[in-house]
Amino acid sequence: MSGTVLAEAPERAAATAPTPPGRRARPARRWRRIVSPVALVAAWEGAARAGLLPAEKLPAPSDVLAAGARLARDGTLTTHLLDSLTRAAVGLLIGGGLALVLGTVAGLLRLGDDLVDPPVQMARMLPHLGLVPLLIIWVGIGESLKVALVALGAFFPLYFNTYAGIRDIDERLVEAARACGLGHLARLRHVVGPGALPSLFLGLRLAIGAAWLSLVVGEQVNAQTGIGFLMMEAREFSQTDVVVLGLVVYALLGLISDLALRLAERRMLTWRRGLRAT
Amino acid sequence: MATRTSRDLTGPPPVLTARAVRRSFGPAAVLAGVDLDVAPGEVVALLGGSGSGKSTLLRVLAGLDREATGERVVRGTAAVVFQEHRLLPWKRVADNVALGLSGPDVAARVDRALAEVGLADRRRAWPAELSGGQAQRVAVARALVREPDLLLLDEPFGALDALTRLRMQGLLRRLRAEHGFAALLVTHDVEEALLLADRALVLDGGTIAEELPVPLGPTRTPDDPAFGALRRRLLDRLGVPAP
Ligand SMILES: Nc1ncnc2c1ncn2[C@@H]1O[C@H](COP(=O)(O)OP(=O)(O)O)[C@@H](O)[C@H]1O
Ligand SMILES: [Mg+2]
Repeated sequence: MSGTVLAEAPERAAATAPTPPGRRARPARRWRRIVSPVALVAAWEGAARAGLLPAEKLPAPSDVLAAGARLARDGTLTTHLLDSLTRAAVGLLIGGGLALVLGTVAGLLRLGDDLVDPPVQMARMLPHLGLVPLLIIWVGIGESLKVALVALGAFFPLYFNTYAGIRDIDERLVEAARACGLGHLARLRHVVGPGALPSLFLGLRLAIGAAWLSLVVGEQVNAQTGIGFLMMEAREFSQTDVVVLGLVVYALLGLISDLALRLAERRMLTWRRGLRAT
Repeated sequence: MATRTSRDLTGPPPVLTARAVRRSFGPAAVLAGVDLDVAPGEVVALLGGSGSGKSTLLRVLAGLDREATGERVVRGTAAVVFQEHRLLPWKRVADNVALGLSGPDVAARVDRALAEVGLADRRRAWPAELSGGQAQRVAVARALVREPDLLLLDEPFGALDALTRLRMQGLLRRLRAEHGFAALLVTHDVEEALLLADRALVLDGGTIAEELPVPLGPTRTPDDPAFGALRRRLLDRLGVPAP
């Protein structure tokens, strides 16, 4: 990286090129990476139009979009989307909040570590999606099941990354802060918090990924609303376009949440960019 | 003991007093009763072999070790510079210097301290963007901004290359002449001790095994015969054989 920067510098200073080559090369590369996905979708569309793909198995992308537009217009999509989002948000708040609190307690306090960490380590071995039958017995097949699944899915990655983020903080930095006269709370604020933040972001990203996955599974169980319900209902009526639309919506939710989180990460962890450059 | 009594009677009280400082890690006693004083404005070098307990003692004197026993009194404020710069990577240079400070004039004080170490223009930089020498200068500024009566330095230039180390030694000498703080300088470098200190202590076997005044003038060079004699004596005491 530094090699290319050095090579560019004289050119930029001499102003012979209107844009430095590095700047032009990167968008060109980005466009190139779009080529194959676009080609795939075009091939899919072509195959569907040519009748190679039977519409009841896989409808054309344009038909999926049309179904999306239809459902968006009559408000169905929005209603179900909001229900799914609410489940995800509530589950994420409960599971994520609990993970933050317990992870912090276990990471900061020896007593917390001894009391909290062993049971969490044990529970981690259970595949949480395999808990569906037990959860149905415990909380029924209603809304609580979906929220509980999302909460469980979000809890573990955030707990472990909170814990590790706090544990991995350089003890010498804490000591230097103490030498500068910082008390417990000030050290939490200036050293432990910012030091654990990169790990927290990683945990949050994994937690949100797990939350979407849990939501997909949860919404297949006797849902009356939500994107999953929309898909199950469409399957009964053989509306394959709506089934595929549901998948697209799930994928977009994952993509958008990940992008938003990355943006927040870039803004809050500016100091790491300098770190990477050296 | 006689010298101490006379100092107690005539001079101002020491800025740092330590008595019977003990510290063990498990069964091994690293510090087995250390006594030392540092007078106001005095620079004391603390020498000792690797693993002799210099850093352990400095942490105790800085009040960073809760498990040590013995008596420790600091009259005034103390600030610490460690071997590694220990700047918080997520704070810009100026915010690192300002760590733990409060008051309306913090920004001005920080700017002044950074100017004194020649880094006024790097106040917005991230620590990762600095060279090793620059980062250590920021660490010195972070100590300096607290206007310490006593500066505790743990091999502050040990990780730097030879040229940078020479510049940093010059910087420390200049700052000390301007501010008049006392300093306890932990080092394993006999020349550094003789260039900077008024007195040298040797830590060995968990106690101060040797105390040596360094009666060299304000301008010192290793070419001075007196310098060479003192160096030989300290090296002998540290167990380095003559060439
Ligand atoms: N936190 C610790 N736990 C166990 N042993 C330690 C610890 N800190 C220092 N020691 C031991 O104490 C001795 C002195 O260490 P130190 O003060 O760092 O030496 P120096 O700074 O003189 O090189 C070493 O033998 C080291 O292994
Ligand atoms: Mg040491």
